[in-house]
Amino acid sequence: MERDDKLLRALLGPEGPELSCEQCFQELDRYVELEVAGRDAATAIPGMRAHLEGCPACREDHASLRSLLDSSSR
Amino acid sequence: MSTATVTLEMPAVSFERVKPAPRAIGGTHVEHRPDSESRDWINALRDSGERREEAVARLHALLLHAARFEVSRRRAALPHLRGDDFEDVAMQSADDALVAVLAKLDSYRGESKFTTWAYKFALLEAAVKLRRRAWQGREIPLEPEVWPLFEARGSSPESGAEHSELFRAIQRGISHELTPHQREVLVATTLNDVPIDVLAERLDTTRGALYKTLHDARQKLRAHLAGQGLGLDEDGKEEG
Repeated sequence: MERDDKLLRALLGPEGPELSCEQCFQELDRYVELEVAGRDAATAIPGMRAHLEGCPACREDHASLRSLLDSSSR
Repeated sequence: MSTATVTLEMPAVSFERVKPAPRAIGGTHVEHRPDSESRDWINALRDSGERREEAVARLHALLLHAARFEVSRRRAALPHLRGDDFEDVAMQSADDALVAVLAKLDSYRGESKFTTWAYKFALLEAAVKLRRRAWQGREIPLEPEVWPLFEARGSSPESGAEHSELFRAIQRGISHELTPHQREVLVATTLNDVPIDVLAERLDTTRGALYKTLHDARQKLRAHLAGQGLGLDEDGKEEG
């Protein structure tokens, strides 16, 4: 069932408005710094979380920047 | 130095999108000023002579660090590449990111550290290059050759009757409601796991343009399901 839900989410995408890939890239650095600082990044940048759910490539870019900043702060 | 810098250009058409939130607190616009270290970076990169050359060299080293980090993260998924190949990708990514960062210096708004802003260019360059390497020489499945698997999902006992109905409705929606291009993009990126940058390169378009197509296809599918009293809630669970 979990695999089915994952497939359904991929096919139907996120609910509600979302940023474009270009807007996501523009906001990515601010979003990740807010996350690292423990702030509410999703509220500060509406549509970002929905786009990261819907776009695997941007999701990977987000994970990479987050991981790089996390490793730099250790 | 490669000229194939990655871009995320959007098509010149509008579709349902949200504008990034205005930076305002209590109705007052908040100007973001870079921290002192970031200001030093910008000033040095806009300077001339030895100071700029030294800053450009430091920036390249920073970008190379980020590119190597990304290469290291993805290395396990590319067993057919050799150590030299990975270093070549990292160096080329740093070179291309340097060109992009210097060209876009005026777009840096000071809302994050300069180094964080610059890192994302190197990570993007490396990620796109490695995704393309992973798919080099592979045929991209654009047709729903996974229908048998998809149908199995829809009829498997563990899926349940409602899930089966939902999958059948989605399959009908993909076949009859989408344009051929929307169907190709949706099938390739969601059913066949083709990375969107790889598909964009093969179809000679941009990631942004393809994501818009994917977005439109998903909206059509949701509308198709809603018309039949089917759909998903915000958590991606089937509404009962």
